[in-house]
Amino acid sequence: MDLLISSFFNLDILEQAWPFLLAGFWMTIKLTLVVVPLGVAGGLAVALLTTMRSRIVKWLVVIYVDFFRAFPPLVLLMFIAFGLPFLKIDLGAFGAVAVAFLLNTSSYYGEIFRAGIESIPRGQYEAARSTGLSAVQTMAYVVIPQATKNVIPDLISNTLEVVKLTSIASVVALPELLFAARQAQSVTYNATPIIAAGIIYLVCLWPLVRLLSRFEHRQIALH
Amino acid sequence: MSDSAPILDVRALYKSFGHLEVLKGIDLQVKPRELVFVIGPSGSGKSTLLRCCNRLEEPNSGSIRIEDIDILAPGVDINAVRRRIGMVFQSFNLYPHLNALGNVTLALRKVEGKTREEAESLGIQALTRVGLAEKAKSFPNELSGGQQQRVAIARALALEPVIVLFDEPTSALDPELVGSVLSVMRELRESGMTMVVVSHEMRFAQSAADRVIFMDDGRILEQGPPEQLFNAPDHPRIQEFLRTIQAH
Repeated sequence: MDLLISSFFNLDILEQAWPFLLAGFWMTIKLTLVVVPLGVAGGLAVALLTTMRSRIVKWLVVIYVDFFRAFPPLVLLMFIAFGLPFLKIDLGAFGAVAVAFLLNTSSYYGEIFRAGIESIPRGQYEAARSTGLSAVQTMAYVVIPQATKNVIPDLISNTLEVVKLTSIASVVALPELLFAARQAQSVTYNATPIIAAGIIYLVCLWPLVRLLSRFEHRQIALH
Repeated sequence: MSDSAPILDVRALYKSFGHLEVLKGIDLQVKPRELVFVIGPSGSGKSTLLRCCNRLEEPNSGSIRIEDIDILAPGVDINAVRRRIGMVFQSFNLYPHLNALGNVTLALRKVEGKTREEAESLGIQALTRVGLAEKAKSFPNELSGGQQQRVAIARALALEPVIVLFDEPTSALDPELVGSVLSVMRELRESGMTMVVVSHEMRFAQSAADRVIFMDDGRILEQGPPEQLFNAPDHPRIQEFLRTIQAH
């Protein structure tokens, strides 16, 4: 028991590792604040493209979504960070993460928004158009607000995954929380920093999880 | 009726869905302040005719003029045209994420470009007209079906249309709620609004319509004042239809 406490919950080690963990935590926050809005905006764009009449556009979107959902995000990130510079496209570590996440998460968010848009009955479009709203205004003021509301649980759930996925930024040497923890672990030969990082994730994500299940219960109650 | 120019002028209108021909040459003129009632069996093309008049459906051929504007002409600003044509739907189609006032003011703000204050004052006027000013802040799911339909009518009226099209406005309502919607429509009629109503409310037609049109299989079979059409129709098809309606 003592051994467990000293190797996993060691306060001395935690004190030493804390500044690293804190720096990593801020990096994770920074990544999240860039990556999530980008992914949501990209996903909305992808979903709107699927509503277009052009069959070519529809096909291109299907290919895009299928490809980036099936392709491992880690490999995608490494290719963008280490492969593209050979083509004289060097985005820097942070830029590479932003682009890789945009490509990967927009395909997931896109599918969620698409389901939301498809849940809106035709009558809503017709009512809006019959009052003179253009197709774009109808989307912006009538369809998307309702569609988003209908898929909030899925958006939250996907966002939880995205936040956890930011740990892959470590492969391009962005010292996010988990990377910092592993560094600290290898220096101290002690697992406490990893556990601490896990607890930080837990504390930060738990409110979102609570929120999610509240929405899910409300949706069940409404149906 | 005076012989003033028609507000709505439909000529030789044809519409097909795939191989199914739904409208087979419709001619219909509606004069200012006229209330035209359209009846007929389901599938006869009544709703399609109405929906062609603001181009929710695209006709295959023919012409439709609203206040002498050819609304099928290439390059016509259909959004501007639709502002002049109110439409009320069977299933209300209120926006569930906006309250009653929000439903009524959305187009005023986004299409007409009015400020929130202007739009809200016009919106309250429109809601007052349908007797629901006190429900301005209520959301659609807090309103009865009859109230929802009256908000939908207010939404159409707020844009000051020259004509309002009603597509079976009471058929989704519980019987005890129909009256409130009909009395709003009657008030509208008395204020001189030009209206085309597709509905099975024969009693309302009898007391409020200037003209009743009987449609069958994509054509106008007969039209005339309600007394004539209801009491002495020329076509046995109409007598048969009226019997089945009354049986319910």
